Amino acid sequence: MNVDSIINGVVIDHIAAGKGLVIYNHLGLKDLDCTVALIQNVISEKMGKKDIIKIDAAIDFDMQVLGYIDPSATVNIIRDGNIIEKKTLTLPETLTNVVYCKNPRCITQTEQELDHVFKLTDAENRVYRCMYCEAKAE
Amino acid sequence: MRSVLDILDLSVEELEELIAVAEDIIADPKKYSEACHGKKLATLFFEPSTRTRLSFEAAMYELGGHVLSVAGADSSSAAKGESVADTAKTISCYADIIAMRHPKEGAPLVAAMNASIPVINAGDGGHNHPTQTLADLLTIHREKGSLSNMTVGFCGDLKFGRTVHSLINALSRYEGIKFVLISPEELKVPDYVIQDVLEKKDLEYVQTTDLLEVMPELDILYMTRVQRERFFNEEDYLRLKDSYILTPEKLKTAKESLSILHPLPRVNEISVAIDKDPRACYFKQVLNGKYMRMALILKLLGIKV
Repeated sequence: MNVDSIINGVVIDHIAAGKGLVIYNHLGLKDLDCTVALIQNVISEKMGKKDIIKIDAAIDFDMQVLGYIDPSATVNIIRDGNIIEKKTLTLPETLTNVVYCKNPRCITQTEQELDHVFKLTDAENRVYRCMYCEAKAE
Repeated sequence: MRSVLDILDLSVEELEELIAVAEDIIADPKKYSEACHGKKLATLFFEPSTRTRLSFEAAMYELGGHVLSVAGADSSSAAKGESVADTAKTISCYADIIAMRHPKEGAPLVAAMNASIPVINAGDGGHNHPTQTLADLLTIHREKGSLSNMTVGFCGDLKFGRTVHSLINALSRYEGIKFVLISPEELKVPDYVIQDVLEKKDLEYVQTTDLLEVMPELDILYMTRVQRERFFNEEDYLRLKDSYILTPEKLKTAKESLSILHPLPRVNEISVAIDKDPRACYFKQVLNGKYMRMALILKLLGIKV
């Protein structure tokens, strides 16, 4: 399968197989006017299989969402057909309005205007807890 | 602006400092009787409470300060739909410090993020209750002479019991504490306390359903009430509420030096017959709570006597 190279845009590479669609949805890529390619189950020497997303426009997006969903993914910024920047991701310390608290006793359930903020409390096990009530992110 | 929302907002050194101030207040209460002259404490209680609110108010009066009180969401602007954030901003215009109880977990944090005066969490849902923990710590310190090297049993509702979570957090910072967690399966300590506190710090703990089996090894027995308001289901409440009732009979194998604590109010989980036992410390705990709240108010207002 051939997908054209990008001249100016972003390539999200090394996405764990199966997570490409999750990232596509979380980043709201369906709302873009430009060409977006989601390629699933690409054969990879390192990973066995991986997903790739190519976006044919120089856009900014929420790196914390990407880091939360798949910290092993890489982000390549393409200008004039060349990679000008390669970003590696880490688990973000804080997530704001990425995941939502489901604890019925949490203040976020009654005060609708509050941001849903989760803090990384255990990086090894990827545990995030609500800043307000300490419920685990699901 | 410094607020206290969780017992871990206070360092071990600050806890020692608060205990020292409380001991000084106990030794010479007159010295502190005008310490907060001209200062106002707003007690915002959006959930039923008698003792905690009165304890805060008594504490402020004994420091020579004044109290502005809102008791119950029905009698406040919260009933009109005002947010916690707006309430906190408004009260900041009237008072010097806020003590807040709220049924929603994290509400005092929202208040602290918006207030321009210190906020003390006086209990938020099943989450935290740091000033009860201050009362517990002073009681243990007064009874045992230290906060280290002892076996502490927690019994009853360890799932929703916010006082239990706060006290485990506080004691986890001291040397040589063994935690014995006694509860029905349905009311075990939540995973975030086990994983993030006890296992993360590699602390010694056991979980059991049998109070009698562990009774002989306990230095402290912290009893809790199985609270009706923490259940969504009345049937579950009725089935579990009498699970762990402490009677003189059950204390037969306990140490002579045992100290029995309870955050109160008690329903029937400690027999009234135990009140005369010298090991019963729960009414001393009430008094200690007032002294620690006095010490905390002084600290947050930056007043030194």
